Amino acid sequence: MRITQGAFSFLDDLTDTQIEAQVRHCISQGWAVSIECTDDPHPRNTYWEMWEQPQFDLVDPGTVMASLAGCRRERPRDYIRICGFDATRGWESLRTSFIVQRPPHEPGFRIERTQRDGRSLGYTTRPYATDLPPGERYR
Amino acid sequence: MTVDRYRAGVMPYAAMGYWQPDYQPADTDLLALFRITPQPGVDAVEAAAAVAGESSTATWTVVWTDRLTACEVYRAKAYRVEPVPGRDDQWFAWIAYDIDLFEPGSIANLTASIIGNVFGFKPLRALRLEDLRIPTAYVKTFPGPPTGIVVERERLDKFGRPLLGATVKPKLGLSGRNYGRVVYEALRGGLDFTKDDENINSQPFMHWRDRFLYCMEAVNRAEAATGEVKGTYLNVTAATLEEMYERAELAKELGSVVVMIDLVIGYTAIQSMSAWARRNDMILHLHRAGHSTYTRQKDHGVSFRVIAKWMRLAGVDHIHAGTVVGKLEGDPATIAGIYATLRDDHTTARLEHGLFFDQPWAGLRKVMPVASGGIHAGQMHQLLGYLGEDVVLQFGGGTIGHPDGIAAGATANRVALEAMVLARNEGRDIAREGPAILREAAKGCRPLAGALDTWGEVTFDYTSTDTPDYVATPTPARS
Repeated sequence: MRITQGAFSFLDDLTDTQIEAQVRHCISQGWAVSIECTDDPHPRNTYWEMWEQPQFDLVDPGTVMASLAGCRRERPRDYIRICGFDATRGWESLRTSFIVQRPPHEPGFRIERTQRDGRSLGYTTRPYATDLPPGERYR
Repeated sequence: MTVDRYRAGVMPYAAMGYWQPDYQPADTDLLALFRITPQPGVDAVEAAAAVAGESSTATWTVVWTDRLTACEVYRAKAYRVEPVPGRDDQWFAWIAYDIDLFEPGSIANLTASIIGNVFGFKPLRALRLEDLRIPTAYVKTFPGPPTGIVVERERLDKFGRPLLGATVKPKLGLSGRNYGRVVYEALRGGLDFTKDDENINSQPFMHWRDRFLYCMEAVNRAEAATGEVKGTYLNVTAATLEEMYERAELAKELGSVVVMIDLVIGYTAIQSMSAWARRNDMILHLHRAGHSTYTRQKDHGVSFRVIAKWMRLAGVDHIHAGTVVGKLEGDPATIAGIYATLRDDHTTARLEHGLFFDQPWAGLRKVMPVASGGIHAGQMHQLLGYLGEDVVLQFGGGTIGHPDGIAAGATANRVALEAMVLARNEGRDIAREGPAILREAAKGCRPLAGALDTWGEVTFDYTSTDTPDYVATPTPARS
């Protein structure tokens, strides 16, 4: 399967040229840009690991692309995403977020049903990858 | 003066103090802009004064008991009357209301005054409430949307593109089991949301508990299949508020992120459900069922931009607000005004969008507009161009009617959307290049190619009835 979090997961994986164009767009909007990675793709895993600090007051996508290259070297089998953050009053949150690297094989999620009163069910979604401890997944 | 004013009998509203052309509205006044069509022979100023009177303190005759109150304060004041551009029988009237005329935090009370009796008043042939300026002090008495655009995106972990939805079709007649199938296919195919229609409640063919149970099985399966948060607007509209609470509680127990109500449940019920949604971390979706009976015709009723304001105060997170290009009423300039009302931190007066007043929102959260009705993937560039990023685009027929099935329809919409956002961010002119961008994206996506072949040419090109009265005139460049 292919997890479809992020703004562009239904397109082919973005090339570096395409990634750079999106980062340039973030910069043109005055957003801070950050890189995050994880080996736990649960849809409610909010806090991926921050790769370095968010970059503010950017003028050029070059530093982001260099950080991304470093992240890819260190974490070649993680999910990596790029986020654009807008600190404008009334927003103060992400404006965009898109995946720029994913593991070669995505095993997907197990769904567990808990039978409750009547016909009601409780649901738990569990990534198959997280059966293993962090650092040992996606090998 | 005072002696004459309170002599028993009937006197003109204007003379009773409801017309005050010198009045300077206070920052705390609520301001209304009415479109008035007086009966033949009725003077425009007297008609405006009558509207001010009948929507505040007046009755048809002088009453001495006015003297027991600070009546000058409580009287609404018509302070400006102007002819409607291009119409010789209609007038715009500006009326100011003191803030103490209204109960804090009550849409029911606000509307009982402003649109209470006055719309049936015989000396008027027709009356329309075009816009309202709600003062900051009164805005602050409302809690507003329980979730709002930003927190909704954070909860769903969806940023940087419009959200996608679909209404399950056929809207009536499916059993719970079959209904859930449509939900599952649409969500796993790429939509973020599916939706009950306004008239899906609890009918012989599908009782509400069945719908909720099958839909949540579908939502959870689709989440596991995609790794994305998914939702389905479970419509909890019912005959009584108690019944609505019961349905909403089951939606919560089953893990739904969103519940839905219809506008026809009434303002008080909407405010109650908003409070429930806030207590329970739930997104509240509002379908504007019934609104066209009073919003569509320009002569009489209430403009939808006013309804949008009331709903932002009352506290809904989603509201259907027009598509521009779809099958339902929607002039581009009018829709722009409504979207601004829902999404701005501070809405600025703009006559060519039908916005007569600056509207401060005082920190009230933003409402996500929903564009639904007769839209399809082939219009993606227009939808993104007109409606922007913070909107739910809902393709019902445009998902479920796809020749290769529901999931293919959903995928077509999602690919079209992502390709268009990507291109826009790259600086391409999507208004001009949109069709080419879609064709390009369709080369790698058979479902999108199928969608473009099926609906590419479909448009709903009819004249809008609800249009602004002012047009933007280009400012001549200085020589």
